[in-house]
Amino acid sequence: MKPSPWMMIGALFLLAACNQKAQQAAPSVANEPAAAATSPKHASGFEPPADSSIPSDDFGKQIALGRQIFIDTGRYAKGYVGNQLSCENCHLDAGRLAQSAPLWGAYPMYPAYRSKNHHVNTFAERLQGCFQYSMNGKAPPLGDDVLVALEAYAYWMSKGESIGVAPLGHGYPKLPKPAQAPDYARGESVFKRDCALCHGDNGQGQQAAGRTVFPPLWGPQSFNWGAGMERLDNAAGFIKANMPLSRGNTLTDQDAWDVAYFMNGHERPQDPRFHGSIEETRKAYHDTPDSLYGATVNGKTLGEGVLK
Amino acid sequence: MNSLRLVLLACCVLIAKSALAGTPDGATIAQQGNGHGAAPCMACHGADGGGQAAAGFPRLAGLPQAYLRKQLEDFANGSRSNATMQPVVMSLTDAERDAVAEYYSKLPVPSAPPVKTPDGEAAHVAQTLATRGRWPNGLPACEQCHGPSGGGVGDHFPPLAGQSVLYISNALHAWKQGARHNDPLQLMQTVTSKLSEADIAAISAWYAAQPASTVKEAQP
Repeated sequence: MKPSPWMMIGALFLLAACNQKAQQAAPSVANEPAAAATSPKHASGFEPPADSSIPSDDFGKQIALGRQIFIDTGRYAKGYVGNQLSCENCHLDAGRLAQSAPLWGAYPMYPAYRSKNHHVNTFAERLQGCFQYSMNGKAPPLGDDVLVALEAYAYWMSKGESIGVAPLGHGYPKLPKPAQAPDYARGESVFKRDCALCHGDNGQGQQAAGRTVFPPLWGPQSFNWGAGMERLDNAAGFIKANMPLSRGNTLTDQDAWDVAYFMNGHERPQDPRFHGSIEETRKAYHDTPDSLYGATVNGKTLGEGVLK
Repeated sequence: MNSLRLVLLACCVLIAKSALAGTPDGATIAQQGNGHGAAPCMACHGADGGGQAAAGFPRLAGLPQAYLRKQLEDFANGSRSNATMQPVVMSLTDAERDAVAEYYSKLPVPSAPPVKTPDGEAAHVAQTLATRGRWPNGLPACEQCHGPSGGGVGDHFPPLAGQSVLYISNALHAWKQGARHNDPLQLMQTVTSKLSEADIAAISAWYAAQPASTVKEAQP
């Protein structure tokens, strides 16, 4: 029997339908098997004491309070916090993790002269800066319980370290300058591929049960233009070593620089030291290629600030 | 003229009928199957979508719609390998998959009998993994993605609280052994590669004992 035209049309439809099914059934690229398991290389020159060794006396209570402030800053240091961040968002594992600016990497290095404010800063004053800039809030006064508790926590964590010697794993890793200048469009692709899942399409982060689970990266609820994370080198180092969370050191250096540029190429709350104009403020506090404050990115001059 | 009207009317009726037939009802599929191969979901997942703890069939009620929809797709494409679910999903059309995902996402979380919280060393291990992680091994806390008390976050991080011990344990083993590799950014494959058998037992028992309904938030 010769196939009739109707049968042939029917067969074509069937083929098309099968083809569609086959396309749907094929695993997408994102579902390819995992590459060889990579473990984060958190090279560390110091092992902080276990939380269980926090003493149960009155000193220990203050240490434990410092730890709570560090983990849930908006709750335990209410009144000094102006955004949805906690210390722990950028200092992972409650300030214990190497290459994530651990407290034990900072505490033994103070007092220190800081070019940021041109004088010798105590550790407590350094902590005040965190609240003013990274937390976009206001500095607790010296002697305030919040600062005392945080300093007690950092002191306890640093027991046994040498004073004035930066231990391996302090701060964020310094990445070599990228082969290509950091780029907004490339950064945007990295962001969409590896970051938006958690931090949201607009970098706004995600909340659940009244708590920040994934921190906002820019906009009114993030750190302000005076924070250290505003610097591309800091952001690229943190991202390279620690992001995506649990998969640190899987991005290329170029990706880390590009996505740092993308993140910091967005508007955020004004630098509290703002005076006169964006231009003057840039000259006074942001005069480095690592800051995009006052720069024109994606057709927009940054540094206008956003209201809380 | 009249006959033309009749023909038009008949066409309209036919089109309307096929349009209706093209909008499957999630509740019907859940309760009766789809009439062409897919068994009723409730046969395994319970009349209220609460699952069957003893058999390891998960609760579907109140899970994020996008998460449920993706799982159906992943059973079909094999990135979530499951001998029971694959044939069921293969006999659901795209529209039917949409409908059941929507149906279950909107079901209220049923109340479940309380499950005993682990004690002793297992409790310590579980609480640490759930809330703090084990960072010297590069292991984040479960809560850092699944939210406070494992209540789930957004479209991609499902609630863990109140799922059964067996379901959570099976899921963690499936990630670890590669039978399940549909995780975004390979997050769960990475995490489970760092979990021991004792860790898996402890954390499964821990989240099974966390109440599901009290932490479930309305999806925006």
